[in-house]
Amino acid sequence: MYTFSNRLKIGSIILMAVGLLGIIGGFVMAPGTVEEAKAMVASHDGGHGESADAHAAVVEHGDGHDAAHDEHLLHQLQNKPWAALYVAAFFFMMIALGVLAFYAIQRAAQAGWSPLLFRVMEGITAYLVPGGIIVFVILLLSVLHMNHLFVWMDSDVVAHDALLQGKSGYLNPTFFLIRAAVFLGGWIAYREYSRKLSLQQDESSDNSKFVLNFRISAAFLVFYLISESIMSWDWIMSVDPHWFSTLFGWYIFASMFVSGITVIAMVTIYLKSKGLLPDVNDSHIHDLAKFMFGISIFWTYLWFSQFMLIWYSNIPEEVTYYVTRIEDYKLPFFGMIAMNFVFPLLLLMNSDFKRVNWFVVLAGIVILAGHYLDIFNAIMPATVGDQWYIGLSEISSVLFFAGFFIFWVFRALATAPLQPKRNPFIEESKHFHY
Amino acid sequence: MASKVIQAFYNDDDVLMHAVKKVKAAKHHIEEVYCPFPVHGLDKAMGLAPTRIAITSFLYGCVGLTVAVVMMNYIMIEDWPQDIGGKPSFSYLENMPAFVPIMFELTVFFAAHLMVITFYLRSRLWPFKKAENPDVRTTDDHFLMEIEIHDNEQELKDLLADTGAVEINISEKNSH
Repeated sequence: MYTFSNRLKIGSIILMAVGLLGIIGGFVMAPGTVEEAKAMVASHDGGHGESADAHAAVVEHGDGHDAAHDEHLLHQLQNKPWAALYVAAFFFMMIALGVLAFYAIQRAAQAGWSPLLFRVMEGITAYLVPGGIIVFVILLLSVLHMNHLFVWMDSDVVAHDALLQGKSGYLNPTFFLIRAAVFLGGWIAYREYSRKLSLQQDESSDNSKFVLNFRISAAFLVFYLISESIMSWDWIMSVDPHWFSTLFGWYIFASMFVSGITVIAMVTIYLKSKGLLPDVNDSHIHDLAKFMFGISIFWTYLWFSQFMLIWYSNIPEEVTYYVTRIEDYKLPFFGMIAMNFVFPLLLLMNSDFKRVNWFVVLAGIVILAGHYLDIFNAIMPATVGDQWYIGLSEISSVLFFAGFFIFWVFRALATAPLQPKRNPFIEESKHFHY
Repeated sequence: MASKVIQAFYNDDDVLMHAVKKVKAAKHHIEEVYCPFPVHGLDKAMGLAPTRIAITSFLYGCVGLTVAVVMMNYIMIEDWPQDIGGKPSFSYLENMPAFVPIMFELTVFFAAHLMVITFYLRSRLWPFKKAENPDVRTTDDHFLMEIEIHDNEQELKDLLADTGAVEINISEKNSH
């Protein structure tokens, strides 16, 4: 039985407190009026160089376009703390959801190596409940016009936009919230029920709970694939409501899947280093690292497929998505490819390196940072445009949710023994050797 | 030079594994083991060095990637930079996404094929090669351990009989 160590608890609470202060600071510092927004951009002139200068020049034109542009700038700067909060909230929720998908696959595939890690996965997916609710609350606040993250929620904008009117049968606030509630409800219901069955199986005298868990996991995977795809259109793609991509759902799936597997590996290595998972050996870490390696490449494959198809045909209505990213987000956009592809490719290719725990943790940190940037690149260009900056709001949001994630996950890990007792595959898993 | 070898036959891979461990413990050099199928862990028990074929494959992949980059850069950018459907042929980087499928495929092609050829060369396999099989049964249902004899015939015989060998032969062998 694991007990939540005091040092970790205090550490996570400090992270949450510091993050919360920073988040509040970010909201306080956001401009309230057009004048403040203009002053903020002007004061950045020195730092931002050319682009800000060009911006100031446009602002000084003083024609009819001017007021609209200023309004746009104000919205971007007001969006910044919201977008930072949303990216971090989604990122940590997506880790828990990715782990849940991995867990369901392990159950449905009746994998022989992983039952030893089921409690670790269940601990991580515990975060889905509060994390999912936080994301839902942010979406709800967007619908209530507390921010401008989703431009299609603004009825003034829709009134002047034929394209958005055409999509309003799908992209309307009520239906949007209903879909979000159904998806979160489905994921959380599976998570809680599967966890309950998993604990009951330990005390049971036959395998009926295990078989039932196998069945609901297979059913969940069907629901998950559909809901995850729609979720990615709703929560991420719809910040750019004029743009669409068919493989977007799988692309976001790959991102959450690899982040989730990475977190499983890191939590496992942490618990193992404390001597709490005596039967977990290097072969289990090796398998997780292989998944990190393989899914990193899978993510790159989808990222490149999406990028290359749009770049190649260069249809204006699609290509603006990448034009804004390459113009304004050059470093995060291409830096993410290095972190999510080149780095894991070279680090995790060697079979021996995949068994070295600190090496896996190092690769994992880079992969997680890379996939944070992935979500950052997906949300920010549509919400804050060229006013992006990884500053107080962004870092504080990550710190807050990281602290909350650690707190919740390790609290959940402490509620049950770390090793399942009566899983039919547990002996195989204990002697798993690659 | 011709030398005498002792050949011990086994009909079970578990027995074979124990025999290999026993012979290793008695500090005899195992010349070769012939099996009808891969026996998991046999290489470790025999103390064979790990293969380096994956490293060669990685290097061949790097060669393939280089070939693809140099070839496409020469043809598409340097030699005749035509405007084909508005693709930017001013520099390699600007037109790179269009070359990635070729870069990927050539990397895999080189890594796979050159590694297979390396495997054939290192394990001396080619068409019309004379089979080096000491006994036809080893391709079907028998395992054979071969140990060179250095004036210790009786000692080896006793040891191998003790390990559960179903048959022990002494034969002359020409070293290649």
